[in-house]
Amino acid sequence: MSGNTTKVEQPREAAVGKKAVAGASGLTTGQRIQDSVVKYGFIAVTVILFIYFASTEPAFATQVSIFQMLKGAAVTAILGLAVMFTMVVGGLDLSIGSTAGLSVQLAAMTMVFYNLTGSTAVAVVIVGGLVVGLLNAFLIVVCKIPDLLATLGVMFVIQGAKLIPVNGQSISSGMTLRNGNTAPGKFTADFLKIDRGFIGKVPVPVIIMLVLVVLAWFVLSRTTWGRVMYAIGANPEAARLAGVRVGFYHGLAYVISGLLASIGGLILVSRIGQGDVNAGASSLLEAVAVALVGTSVLGMGKPNAWGTLLGALLVSIVLTGLTMKGFQYYHQDTAKGLVLLVALLFSFTISRRKVRYTPAT
Amino acid sequence: MPDLGAATVAGAPATGSPVLELDDITMAFGTNQVLKGVTVALTAGRVTALLGANGAGKSTLIKVLSGVYPDHGGTVSIAGSPVVMESPLAAARHGIQTVHQRIDENIVPGLTVAENLVFEEIIRGEIPPVRSLRRLLPRARDIAATLDLGWPDSVLTKDVFELGIADSQLLLLARALSQRPKVLVLDEPTSTLSASEVERLFALVRRLRSEGVAVLYVTHRLSEVRELADEVVVLRDGRISNRQEAPFEMSAVVRAMLSESVLEQSHDLVEQRGEVVAIGLRGVQLLPRCAAIDLDLRYGEVTGIVGLIGAGKSELARGIFGVDHLRSGSMTFEGRPYRPRHSKDAVRRGVYLVPEDRAAEAMLPGWSLAWTSTLPFLGSVSRAKVLSAAKENKVGRDVVDGFGVVATGPSQPVDALSGGNQQKVVVGRWMRAAPRVLLLDEPFRGVDIGARGDISHQAHELAAAGACVVVLTSDVEEARGVADRIVVLAEGEVHLDNYTSEIGDDAIITSMSEVA
Repeated sequence: MSGNTTKVEQPREAAVGKKAVAGASGLTTGQRIQDSVVKYGFIAVTVILFIYFASTEPAFATQVSIFQMLKGAAVTAILGLAVMFTMVVGGLDLSIGSTAGLSVQLAAMTMVFYNLTGSTAVAVVIVGGLVVGLLNAFLIVVCKIPDLLATLGVMFVIQGAKLIPVNGQSISSGMTLRNGNTAPGKFTADFLKIDRGFIGKVPVPVIIMLVLVVLAWFVLSRTTWGRVMYAIGANPEAARLAGVRVGFYHGLAYVISGLLASIGGLILVSRIGQGDVNAGASSLLEAVAVALVGTSVLGMGKPNAWGTLLGALLVSIVLTGLTMKGFQYYHQDTAKGLVLLVALLFSFTISRRKVRYTPAT
Repeated sequence: MPDLGAATVAGAPATGSPVLELDDITMAFGTNQVLKGVTVALTAGRVTALLGANGAGKSTLIKVLSGVYPDHGGTVSIAGSPVVMESPLAAARHGIQTVHQRIDENIVPGLTVAENLVFEEIIRGEIPPVRSLRRLLPRARDIAATLDLGWPDSVLTKDVFELGIADSQLLLLARALSQRPKVLVLDEPTSTLSASEVERLFALVRRLRSEGVAVLYVTHRLSEVRELADEVVVLRDGRISNRQEAPFEMSAVVRAMLSESVLEQSHDLVEQRGEVVAIGLRGVQLLPRCAAIDLDLRYGEVTGIVGLIGAGKSELARGIFGVDHLRSGSMTFEGRPYRPRHSKDAVRRGVYLVPEDRAAEAMLPGWSLAWTSTLPFLGSVSRAKVLSAAKENKVGRDVVDGFGVVATGPSQPVDALSGGNQQKVVVGRWMRAAPRVLLLDEPFRGVDIGARGDISHQAHELAAAGACVVVLTSDVEEARGVADRIVVLAEGEVHLDNYTSEIGDDAIITSMSEVA
């Protein structure tokens, strides 16, 4: 992004400014409709789909099913938040899927290989996520490797490295180790509650998701940290010349991303109950899609927490609805892709406002 | 001596006919009318100098000529018949070659010097896309020879980025000449050249003139006009404000270039003289291979630092602001050692910079006036990192009210404002926050007359209230209009340092172009 700052011809810029002023004072009816479509269109699509599925499938709008959908959205939403933070600073973290996969492996190893407690596993996973985040931050901020390329490299390294200590095999309770012994530990009951527990009637992952969404929203839109991160995403040079420590906050976004990805991974591993080597691999594109969907919500035109949540919910609603309608699993990716494309149509095609997110390459 | 060539050529009847005529050229960007009816004729074997302050419309006029803006009003005629310049290639076909001022936009990075020299042939498809460098070399050697560049093959096969700025400029010139143009447009060709290279360029321009080429020579330097031009045309605010044949009356040229507000302004301003040193520079080297300088910037006065592009102005400002490290030497702030490692260190001390390029270095796309204003001072509008929208809006309103920004309110996006109002916001956000040292790098670029006057006035008030204000500009008239003291930088060195009332334009301009 910073590589090719084109100089804007001054008169042209001024003229565009004047046009925008005129637009703000006197909108045509067409433009007003266009604005509302952009602002509320995506929410409307979500609501309409929900009503459609609810009215045609009696099992769809039950409490159980709704919590199931929320729970189904949790991992995607949290990984979406992770990507979103890096999108806010104008980057893109491609390593979140493999970080989540690493969390799965770390948690399983801690409990199954070393017979340690569930809370130790949580701590190990969180530290793992932070280390990946710091590695990304180091490569991007200190070594100045472009965001996409640095995290692409880290993604491959993690994907491969996590297989080395386990000889490429998934970890499950009672498995036979390399030396012929049986693994001493198993997934603890506490740990499995991360996914399967309830607080009141609400599943724990739903609570975690909502708490993180609220936190992310608060940090990004109510604190100086978030403001500075958006500034870096909007124009890093202008941010630097306003006295912002661009490198620090750019790196911070990646550390937050690593942390969130590892939390997503925790829920994932608790759900599958074993150290599946393939876990998390497919979640990257979904998370990126969800965060991108989020940029279109309410015509924000920039990555934001509530939009990301809504994106994850819509995907979950569509997938649940289609499954109930008898579509096979292999239709799911097509459905997700269509959801993403519809969202992008709202923000890039219909919107009169320029979208503020373009990934740095 | 320079008139020798002019006299012979002007007398030659064959060269007296207009090659290129521009009739009532207009150009608007949206509602912004940049050219308001310009009529100029370029004659074979004559050098026409085009002068004008920043924003007068010179660049736009050149771009009309070189086919960049095909949707202009008025007619362009070549040898008497109207033509449409629908693209730069069309302009080239009609025999018009332009050497633009911004070198980086015209050099193709990653290619060799030779490939850049024959680039015109490459884009026209005359040279097949897969052609070995060896096959290109003979043609490249020919082109280089037209300018006597004296580049051996080892230079021709280098990556073009290894050439210095001056050599790149010569490369572009050679490339333009290789097309045997009937009309050659040179946009501030000397801004990056050393004295000996300038001499070489002048000799070349004179040779072209004697060969019957019509030259349009755009410059800021009056000395070059005197030395080279047969005719001078001055643009101001999109119109021709003065037109003369040699010999020129330079004072009329200068007056025609100046904007009314600057003229008025210079009457209003009472010269202020400061005593206490705010920023002291000792042994500071601004550019590679230049001598170290000492310079004191004082409280209570507006210092105008004048120099051409590449004189080291931005390096100086960015060094003081802590975004770039100085090559050598030390700085003091209020007598104590000052070593900012980051712009944050400078901001904390009240040392502020308004950068040169507003769009690239100060604007945040889509950001509101309030947000843009508070970004450097988030600590003062937040408590425990939590932002207060009310405080932010108050800052936004302060900027709007204090600087007369024409805006609907603090929540309006800054990029929806006019250029002048945008500049008021990015200047005002620093001015309202009690600056000790305020560095304004080219603050009047792309800014309308009204805003220019307002910003000058505010800068002066600020200095009167005790701040150290530094205006860095390449425009002598701008500097005179705002500064109490003028420091001339040329190639990274201080060439003149005096109070504005004690020096004339000529002294400033001469020292600006003095090079070691």
